[in-house]
Amino acid sequence: MNASKKDIQDLYFMDNRFRLLDIAAFLDRMDRHEGEADFRHEAFLNALEAMQNPSPGLSRTQAVHHAFSDHSREPLETASIQFANGAVNPDS
Amino acid sequence: MKYIEPHGHMVSRTTDDYQKIALAGCEALCEPAFWAGYDRSSPQGFYDYYRQLTEYEPQRAAKFGIEHYAWLCINPKEAEDAGFAREVMQIIPEFLDKPNVLGIGEIGLNKNSKNELNIFEEHVELAQKHDLPVLIHTPHLEDKLKGTRLILDSLKNSKIEPSRVVIDHVEEHTIEAVLDAGYWAGMTLYPQSKCSAARAVDMIEIYGKEQVWMNSACDWGISDPLAVMKCALEMKQRKYFEDCIKQVIYDNPKSFLVKWSNFK
Repeated sequence: MNASKKDIQDLYFMDNRFRLLDIAAFLDRMDRHEGEADFRHEAFLNALEAMQNPSPGLSRTQAVHHAFSDHSREPLETASIQFANGAVNPDS
Repeated sequence: MKYIEPHGHMVSRTTDDYQKIALAGCEALCEPAFWAGYDRSSPQGFYDYYRQLTEYEPQRAAKFGIEHYAWLCINPKEAEDAGFAREVMQIIPEFLDKPNVLGIGEIGLNKNSKNELNIFEEHVELAQKHDLPVLIHTPHLEDKLKGTRLILDSLKNSKIEPSRVVIDHVEEHTIEAVLDAGYWAGMTLYPQSKCSAARAVDMIEIYGKEQVWMNSACDWGISDPLAVMKCALEMKQRKYFEDCIKQVIYDNPKSFLVKWSNFK
């Protein structure tokens, strides 16, 4: 790996500045619109917090994955749906 | 630069895509059996699908100088009805001697249910019975961590040799456990889920370039048949040497497939 921190900034700063604004705008949009957010909103906010303060032993990326993940260990009795939501639905 | 696409669902792609990947340097493509976007209504539907994978797609790929290979199974999304899945699995041995068949895949889990796990384990037994390698799909999004753990536990009990198993769609929270247990790890490059090119290169930086490959898993969803070569470009932009890039996009998949299957 020969790329320096400066190289990484040159490659990725603008793109990720753009993505960060998109995340901020998404949260503003959620604040602005009517109705109730479902479980995904809280999971998203928790993932942002996990990214900024990852648990010991986890990278920021791993912390985000873990925030969205099902941590149960036993297989489900049946698969009642075929799709994934992106976050654990506490009612399922 | 030449490359191998180790995971592409070309039955869902246009012929233009074969032309594009050929122009990008693709020499061979491996197509695992998967979900069609809807549940098939009969085992006969799978019979026709296996014929498509072993007879028709190799001809379509050959027109562009691409060798086409296939992995066969019933995918985990259609494994919840275990009786139906077992009926389909009875068809599979008839196709295992076809010249382009590599092994059993992409088997695995979708929602991490007991029936999915049972059918997964029966597929692994089928692979062991026929001395074939295995390609494993790990679940999506919130189900991936749990599903990967269940798969690793199951494989450990099966006694299958880890070096003949590829566990696909790894991400940052699953790759380490897969590699530490001796399995191969596949990184799937998707525009909206799974893994971006930048993150795939990050994982190579952190976990090394041994026993890993990258694939586009291009299918009927939002996906990019050129994703592997775009990731190769990402590596070049990050100042990787050409031999290192070639190892990940060509040498690695070739070494696994030549060792364990009839890949040429």
